[in-house]
Amino acid sequence: MIQEKVAETPAASGEAPMLLSLRDVGKVFSNGVTALSKVDLAIREGDFLSLLGPSGCGKSTALRLIAGLSTPTSGQLDWRGSIDRSNIGFVFQEPTLLPWASVFDNVWLPLRLKGVSRAKAAPAVMEMLARVHLTGFENAVPRELSGGMKMRVSIARAMVTKPRILLMDEPFAALDEITRFKLNNDLLELWQDERFTVVFVTHSVFESVFLSSRVVVMAARPGRVFGELPIRAPYPRDEVFRTSPDYAALCRQASDVLVNAINSTAGPHHDGH
Amino acid sequence: MTAIEDAALKLDPEEARRVRQERLERIGKWVLPLAIMVLAIWLWDRICVWNEIPQYILPRPGVVLQTLHSDTGLLFSSLLVTLRITFLSLLLAVIGGVGLAVLFAQSKWVEMSFFPFAIVLQVTPIVAIFPLINIYVNNQTVKLLLCAWIVAFFPILSNTTLGLNSVDRNLRDLFKLNGATRWQQLRYLRLPAAMPYFLGGLKIAGGLSLIGAVVAEFVAGAQGQSSGLASRIIEAGYRLNAPRLFAALILISLTGILIFLVLSLVSHLILRRWHESALKQEH
Repeated sequence: MIQEKVAETPAASGEAPMLLSLRDVGKVFSNGVTALSKVDLAIREGDFLSLLGPSGCGKSTALRLIAGLSTPTSGQLDWRGSIDRSNIGFVFQEPTLLPWASVFDNVWLPLRLKGVSRAKAAPAVMEMLARVHLTGFENAVPRELSGGMKMRVSIARAMVTKPRILLMDEPFAALDEITRFKLNNDLLELWQDERFTVVFVTHSVFESVFLSSRVVVMAARPGRVFGELPIRAPYPRDEVFRTSPDYAALCRQASDVLVNAINSTAGPHHDGH
Repeated sequence: MTAIEDAALKLDPEEARRVRQERLERIGKWVLPLAIMVLAIWLWDRICVWNEIPQYILPRPGVVLQTLHSDTGLLFSSLLVTLRITFLSLLLAVIGGVGLAVLFAQSKWVEMSFFPFAIVLQVTPIVAIFPLINIYVNNQTVKLLLCAWIVAFFPILSNTTLGLNSVDRNLRDLFKLNGATRWQQLRYLRLPAAMPYFLGGLKIAGGLSLIGAVVAEFVAGAQGQSSGLASRIIEAGYRLNAPRLFAALILISLTGILIFLVLSLVSHLILRRWHESALKQEH
């Protein structure tokens, strides 16, 4: 196996305190599929970490393990400091909203489940809606919103509890490019303001490089960490960065690692599926 | 689109044809069934006249209408009796059906254990069960209610069970992530998600509870124990009072239609903001 390790630098958040480390984590499903094998991963406070890889490399499985929605077959997850589920926000690939509930009620949901009344939750909900640029839409129901707006609601819902870590499972994959760029920018803005930690699963090289402080490339069969790439470009990143030669160079680097990761997969099905 | 926009809009032949087609369909939807109905009634009247059919075999529509008017007191008091059984049994079917569905939703094991019994109750013809109920239950109203309930509760149970089990997997994970209790998951996720399914079952059960009530009255009425519309029909049959028989039949039929329309409206009002089934067709 080829390991492309690049030394961590302060810019790549090497000095921030550790939040979570996965050590030798493996997951085997009951049908015999090894979704993850010997995964070591260090996530530091304030990281914007992307898990980049082809289909079937176990990146979503890794995210579910971190969320506690699934338990590892082997190895362990070490959280530093006290963390419980209320410190974890999760954004799914689809907006996953309650179709019968208003935007307000959807964002209120995590607080409601913790017993916070509508009146008490209102300031936090309204602030979060403002942060994702949805002020004025609190009474709309999901079907009245566009795909991008639904995803904003989904992000607001994940962030309303002020989680320390936000887990995102290919959240923008189904959106058109213009909407995706806009949401990328807004997500970065939110992240810079609040300085939470993000683990972002994607199969887009361009998206991962634009957003992340670190890109972890994964390979399939079995799912494993293949290499890691710090993205040493300064924040805030904007449309100027998106069209800069630096960005293009970083994308090429990440793309090379990804191609190697895909080629490293043994067997005739190396093109994924 | 407003009329002004319509006039200003220059439509190509294809679009104009579509607009015309839509307008025709909108009108035809109401006019056609009405026209056919009127035609059928006219034909009924003519057949009576042409063949000189005696009134006690097939009364003319006008005579039925007259009977409906002259026997109003008798027929409507009977209708009220039937309606009472219908609505009480529908209410019990909702409580029983949703209650059992929620119970089933608590655990796969409960569902696996008890669902077959619900099916047995559903597939056994009520007419065959009634003599047993007649032996075991003394109270007349309870007898009829039980009968109508057995017929009506199954669609609610089976639809609601399906709905409670059809919750999006990610939404379930979301609730789990947020530490939702079983009750919270039921209250905020599974029950609302099951609503369209439940309402579908309710529409079927509404009609069935009327059928159940009438069938129960028929069986009970044969023994002279009931005063509902069905017993009026039996009575009129014995006396060869065909006009009253038809009048009672028409009342039952209209009641069934009304129940269906009301339940459809309720369903539409509840679902119109969010569910696919209530959305306007767009193209």
